[in-house]
Amino acid sequence: MPSFVYTEKCDGCKGQDKTACMYICPHDLMMLDKGKMKAYNQEPEQCWECYSCVKICPQQAIEVRAYADIVPMGGAVIPLRGSDSIMWTVKFRNGQVKRFKFPTRTTAEGSVDPYKGKPEPKLEDLTKPGFFTHAGQTLPTLKK
Amino acid sequence: MAEKGTFGNPEVVEIETDLLIIGGGMAACGAAVEAKRWAPKDMKITLVDKAALDRSGAVAQGLSAINTYLGENDPADYVKMVANDLMGITRDDLVYDVGRHVDDSVQLFEEWGLPVWKQPGDEGKSLKDGGKPVRSGKWQIMINGESYKVVVAEAAKKALGMENIYERVFIVKLVLDAKNDNQIAAAVGFSTREHKLYIFKAKAMLNVCGGAVNVFRTRSVAEGMGRAWYPVWNAGSTYAMAAEVGAELTMMENRFVPARFKDGYGPVGAWFLLFKAKAANALGENYMEKNADMLKEYPPYGLSKVPATCLRNHLMLKEMKEGRGPIYMDTVAAMANLSKTMDAKQVKHLEAEAWEDFLDMCIGQAGLWAGMNIQPEKSPSELMPTEPYLLGSHSGCAGIWVSGPEDIAPKEWQWGYRSMTTVNGLFTAGDGVGASGHKFSSGSHAEGRIAAKAMIKFALDHKDHKPSLAKSTAELAEEIYLPVRNWLANNSLTTAPDINPNYIRPKMLQARLQKIMDEYVAGVATWYVTSEKMLERGLELLTMLKEDSKKMAASDLHELLRAWENYHRIVTAEAHLRHTQFRKETRYPGFTYNATYPKLDEENWKCFVNSRIDPKTGEWTCKKVPHIDLVPKG
Repeated sequence: MPSFVYTEKCDGCKGQDKTACMYICPHDLMMLDKGKMKAYNQEPEQCWECYSCVKICPQQAIEVRAYADIVPMGGAVIPLRGSDSIMWTVKFRNGQVKRFKFPTRTTAEGSVDPYKGKPEPKLEDLTKPGFFTHAGQTLPTLKK
Repeated sequence: MAEKGTFGNPEVVEIETDLLIIGGGMAACGAAVEAKRWAPKDMKITLVDKAALDRSGAVAQGLSAINTYLGENDPADYVKMVANDLMGITRDDLVYDVGRHVDDSVQLFEEWGLPVWKQPGDEGKSLKDGGKPVRSGKWQIMINGESYKVVVAEAAKKALGMENIYERVFIVKLVLDAKNDNQIAAAVGFSTREHKLYIFKAKAMLNVCGGAVNVFRTRSVAEGMGRAWYPVWNAGSTYAMAAEVGAELTMMENRFVPARFKDGYGPVGAWFLLFKAKAANALGENYMEKNADMLKEYPPYGLSKVPATCLRNHLMLKEMKEGRGPIYMDTVAAMANLSKTMDAKQVKHLEAEAWEDFLDMCIGQAGLWAGMNIQPEKSPSELMPTEPYLLGSHSGCAGIWVSGPEDIAPKEWQWGYRSMTTVNGLFTAGDGVGASGHKFSSGSHAEGRIAAKAMIKFALDHKDHKPSLAKSTAELAEEIYLPVRNWLANNSLTTAPDINPNYIRPKMLQARLQKIMDEYVAGVATWYVTSEKMLERGLELLTMLKEDSKKMAASDLHELLRAWENYHRIVTAEAHLRHTQFRKETRYPGFTYNATYPKLDEENWKCFVNSRIDPKTGEWTCKKVPHIDLVPKG
């Protein structure tokens, strides 16, 4: 279901070299029209509707319109992603609205330190089963 | 060469590294974290991703469950489950190795910030400290996984440092070493943002670019083509690039045809396992019970408590082909049953869980329900088997033949470095490893970590090796930029850029590939049926398509990306076709049927099928490789 950009809301990420949506789209779909300074989805039939662009847009200028070849018109699913949770608004074709909120992470963004408090592995263990986190442990094996 | 590149005349950037990770998904991120910890300080580790690490790979959108967390389970039982689901032909050594390692990755995800559902009373207690997860099945645990990939990517970025990560660079070819036979030397590709061609020279490489999607014609006809069940950006690059340097592939005849909510392809696992919903034909008949006798034709795979996934499709397809569709998931009865013992607040929570299952990992399905006014407690939802997908980490086992763990693998399955392909220095994990499915997100991460250690060993053992390329920079640039050359040389010939006698645009080439695969190689058009004659004709057409791929035209870097993705799809498709042709039986009924050999043939075909392209001649050969059970199967 392709993403689309509201003309009024998009500011082209204020003329930066790349827009947030261009930066994040896993399939290289979002493009900045440098003349208009507006982003657009250049290949809607390749959109996985992963919402990465919708979630990252600082202007909330991007939404998704369900695939026209499958879905009747009028519904919408709109996220608002914060640093530790996400709010969803689901609008049905018949006008009904449902809202949901789910946690997304339990730590502060940017706080991951993969090696903090972890053992320093010994090079002689390199060819043994187990990760650096398994130092001092013996993993189970199958008898040959 | 111009100092600053232009379209058609790119700047060439050469980078030397010790380890190169190609891809940015779960396996790549796992490899990054593990490699950096073991590597000597002076060992350089580089990662190159065609997208942005935060949202690349199959977990980009998020997930609502982690499908492989062993917990109290014995890895040997995991091996039995995987083997049964994949109709007996899997590598027990590889599967066991993932099974004994995988939980550590899941525990790290939780430590890094991924919310994991816990049993009442264990809230706030980590998995590592014995907190009991909410299981939707024997192997699966529920998570709040919207930011799953963001969290996993953050750890990988912290480990390597952003200065060692190249985003928006698409690797399209591997290059063998000029001086050492059968050894990898470089990976080449281009930036999709700048006019730069990249040559990464490395001692050891991890090729982890996911499975293959959009190889077959999709059930959707227009915009919906993007709503592939597996990520649409998985173009078979892993298989194609490995095959072209002579790495042996295995089980490329295997495929996955998931039965999912129709068109939106939303997950059904939680509905079946957590909400205990039942699927039925249009007459309300439970086809698994009604057609249970069909399972008896496939011992032992049909007779286990959970029959192999393909066989469950096989029983569903009978109903559809005989006109008793649509098939429905009875979400109404499931919700009603569950809410019998619940108060209003609990019912509301249950409803939110049902929606979260989609919103975490398949938002489009939520959009489909909203657009069709479907509320699961009020109306049931259609199920449908999708178009075929080729992959090695989910419920499929297509991939590359790799060396197994030293302490488990028999000598035939082991050549020194775990996870190394049959090309020296070239490693793979996740979707890349064949004959070892059911790893899913967590197992792919763990497998990337396993491979990373072996890559370090390889780099240390080849400390003095200086990669030298069998091809010149100019030759490589010409090969990679051929679609651009075709565009520049011919686009002014006609008044409409799409129609030109001298080139084909990548989008049209993809359409032709999908049509060939659909009609001749058991796509949805024939209800997944092919035959010896259909495969013969399919190969003729595919061969002409491959020739025409040299005439693709790319008008910009985005289209050059699509051109190479589609080339990778063709090579992957050819592997699938040739393997299917070689295996003279029907091993995966429900996923694919060979009408010339309609039966499962345990006596002659309970073996691996491996294939190889001779990198010098381009010739394919297929062979049987004996299967061995390391864990006795009941």
